[in-house]
Amino acid sequence: MRRIIAVLLENEAGALSRVVGLFAQRNYNIETLTVAPTEDPTLSRLTLTTEGDEGKIEQIIKHLNRLIEVVRVFDLTEGDHLEREIIMIKVRADDAARAEVKRTTDMFRGQIVDVDQNTYTIQLVGPSGKLTAFIDALDGNQVVEVVRSGVSGIGRGDRILSL
Amino acid sequence: MTERLSGGDMLIRALRDEGVEYIFGYPGGAALHIYDAIFRQQEIEHILVRHEQAATHMADGYARATGRPGVVLVTSGPGATNAITGIATAYMDSTPIVVISGQVPNDLIGTDAFQETDMVGISRPVVKHSFLVRAASEIPNVVKKAFYIAASGRPGPVVIDVPKDTTDPNDLHEYSYPAEVSLRSYKPSSGGHVGQIRNAVRALSEARRPVIYAGGGVVQGDASAELVAVARKLGYPVTNTLMGLGAFPGDDPQFLGMLGMHGTYEANCAMHHADLIFAVGARFDDRVTNNAAKFCPEARIIHVDVDPASIAKIIDVDIPIVGHCKVVLAEMLTVLETEITGTLDNADDVTAWWQRIDRWRAEHGLDHDQSERRGAGGSLLPQQVVQAVYRATGGDAYVTSDVGQHQMFAAQYYRFSKPRRWINSGGLGTMGFGFPAAMGVQFAFPDKTVVCITGEGSFMMNMQELSTCMQYSLPIKIINLNNQALGMVKQWQDMQYAGRHSHSTYRDALPDFSQMVGSFGHVGIKVTTLEELNSVIPDIFGDRYRNDLVFLDAHIDPDEHVYPMHIKGGSLKDMVLGNEEPT
Repeated sequence: MRRIIAVLLENEAGALSRVVGLFAQRNYNIETLTVAPTEDPTLSRLTLTTEGDEGKIEQIIKHLNRLIEVVRVFDLTEGDHLEREIIMIKVRADDAARAEVKRTTDMFRGQIVDVDQNTYTIQLVGPSGKLTAFIDALDGNQVVEVVRSGVSGIGRGDRILSL
Repeated sequence: MTERLSGGDMLIRALRDEGVEYIFGYPGGAALHIYDAIFRQQEIEHILVRHEQAATHMADGYARATGRPGVVLVTSGPGATNAITGIATAYMDSTPIVVISGQVPNDLIGTDAFQETDMVGISRPVVKHSFLVRAASEIPNVVKKAFYIAASGRPGPVVIDVPKDTTDPNDLHEYSYPAEVSLRSYKPSSGGHVGQIRNAVRALSEARRPVIYAGGGVVQGDASAELVAVARKLGYPVTNTLMGLGAFPGDDPQFLGMLGMHGTYEANCAMHHADLIFAVGARFDDRVTNNAAKFCPEARIIHVDVDPASIAKIIDVDIPIVGHCKVVLAEMLTVLETEITGTLDNADDVTAWWQRIDRWRAEHGLDHDQSERRGAGGSLLPQQVVQAVYRATGGDAYVTSDVGQHQMFAAQYYRFSKPRRWINSGGLGTMGFGFPAAMGVQFAFPDKTVVCITGEGSFMMNMQELSTCMQYSLPIKIINLNNQALGMVKQWQDMQYAGRHSHSTYRDALPDFSQMVGSFGHVGIKVTTLEELNSVIPDIFGDRYRNDLVFLDAHIDPDEHVYPMHIKGGSLKDMVLGNEEPT
C-alpha cells in the first residue's frame, strides 16, 4: 500500500543522507522525496512516499525514529490529510495541436506558464493521481519534458506535526 | 576563570572529563595535533596498536567487559577505513565505542586531498551516529553528545571526524565541559508500559510450556541479576543466545544452554514446542530462528527490548514491551512477587514440561566431560581443549573468541557463570576480533585471567598485535585450536558440497606458532594429544606463566565438526546431531 510519511529532522549537514541511506540499506523503496526548511530554521520537513505492507511500514517508521537527527515521524496516510504535488510539463504545441492542448489544460485546471512558437509549458497542482491522469490525457507523442516535485502533505484539521 | 585551550587539548581534556582511561590508536598526519595534546598530559594512557582494526576491537573488548565506552583514535584516510570493520563489529553487537578520526582541514574537504576519505559517509551505515566537527569551539559539546549517544538506549559506535584545522595548537578557545546533554530528537526509553508488564506476567503465570529466551541485551543492560531473580521465581527453563551467554549461570540446572544454529538439542526442542516464549534483549537473529516461517509454531511471544525497531522485525510478537531490560525485569519481579504468592496454577504442567526437557537433555544433550574420547589417530579434540580451559579457570575467566568452529566449541563447552565474561563477534562474525578484544579486556582488568580461544585462521588476521602485547606486557592466554584449515567453511563444504574443500585449507603454509610468538618474547607451547594438553594447562593458568603471554598451539583433529547443527530451511528443532544424523 502507498504511504505518505512526513518527517521533521534537524536541519543539519548530513541529516538527509542518513534518511536516504537508511532506505537503501534496509531495502525500502522511496518513490518520491521532498525536503525543505520549515518556519523554524533549525528544522527541515521531509515528505516521502513509499510502498509496503503494514509490517514494513511499521519497520520504516521505527527505523526512521532511530536516527538521532529525526525529531518526529508521522504517517499522513493513517488519517485525513491533504496531498499535493506540482508538475511542470513541456508539450509540443504547433498550429493544429495548440487549441487541443489548451482545452485539456483548462479541463484539469492547469496553467500555461510559458509559451513559444512550438511549445507550451504547463503547470498543474494536485494529488499525484490527478497529475498522472493529466499526463495520460495528453498525446504521448507531444510530451517533451516532465518534471514532478514529489509529494508534499499535511494532516487535515487538528492532525498537526510539530515539536 | 575559564581556561583557554586549543581544539586538540580540548578534545583530550573532554575525554578526561568523560572518565576515559585508555585511548587505543595509531597516529598519522591529520591527527598529529591531537597526538601532541596526548603527549603533553599524563591522565589518559594511549595504547599504540599495530593496525587500526585492532584498535577498534580493543576498545570494543574493553567496552564489553566494563560496560563503559571504549575509545579509538585514528588518522584520516586509511586510518579511518581500517577502523571500519571494527566499527561495524561494534554496531552489530550494540557495543558503545567512540571513534575519533583525524580529517583533512575543513578547507580541503572535498578536494581529494592526501589521505582524505569521507569518514562520516563511509561509516554511516554502521554507526549509531556520527559528527563532523566544523569548528574547534564545538568539540566539548560534540564529545559529550558522542558518549551519551554511544552508551545510552541501545548502545552503539559513534564516530567523531575531526578536521585538522579544528585542533590547531595556536587557535585557543574557552573550555568548559557540559554537565549534561539533552537532545530533542533522542530520548531512549527506560521503563516498560505498566499494562503490558501486567499482561506479560499473566501470560507467564498461565503458560504450560514456557521458555525464557535471553540475549545480549541482558548482558549489555546489566540485567543479569534481575533475569536470574525472575527465572528463579518462575522456575522456568532459560536459554541464552550466543551474545547472551553468561546472562544466566551456565552450570545452573534451569539453564538449557545456547539455542540456535549450534544450540543444544534441549534448548532448540524446548523453544520449538513451547507455548510461551519470553524473549528479553534478544533479536530473533536468523542464526537463532532458522526458517522464520517455521519458528515456534505454538508459542505466544513476549518481547522486551530497549530498541522498538527490534520488536516484530522478524517474528510477530503478542506482548511487546519497549524498555530497558533491567528496569522492565525489575518491574516484572515486583508484580510477580505481589501477585504470585503460593504455587502457580500451572505447576503440574510445568513439572511435566521439565520432564520432557530432561528427556531431551538425557537423549542428546552436550557431553561436558569428553576425556574418554579420542580423535582420529588418537588426536586431541577441540571440545577437550575448551573443557580443560573451563576447569582450569573455574568458569570465571574473561574469554574472547574469533569466528568459526572454535567459537562454537567455546560457546557450547565453556559454561559462563557471569555476564560480560564471554566476548565474541556474534553479529558481524569478524575473524580477527578475539585477540585484540582480549587485549582491551586485559587493559581493563590487569589482574584477571583473560583467555582468547581462537583458530589459526582467525588469529592470523590480527597477529601483528603480538608486538603490542610485547610493548605493554599483556599476559593473555591464547588457546589456538589449530586444525590447519578454516574449520567452519570446511565443515559446510563437507556437509553441503560433497567434501570439495574449495580454498579452506593451507596445511603446508602455516608458521611454527611457538617460534613465532617466541620471537616477540612470548611463550609458545605446542600440544598434539590430550596427555600433553593436561600436562601444560596447570602452568598456563598457574604461577609459572602468570605474567607471560602464552600461546597454546593445540593441534586438534581436523575433521571434527560442530554439532548440533540446524538443517537449512527447517524449524528450530531440525538439527544434525553428529555424523549426519538428523533429528
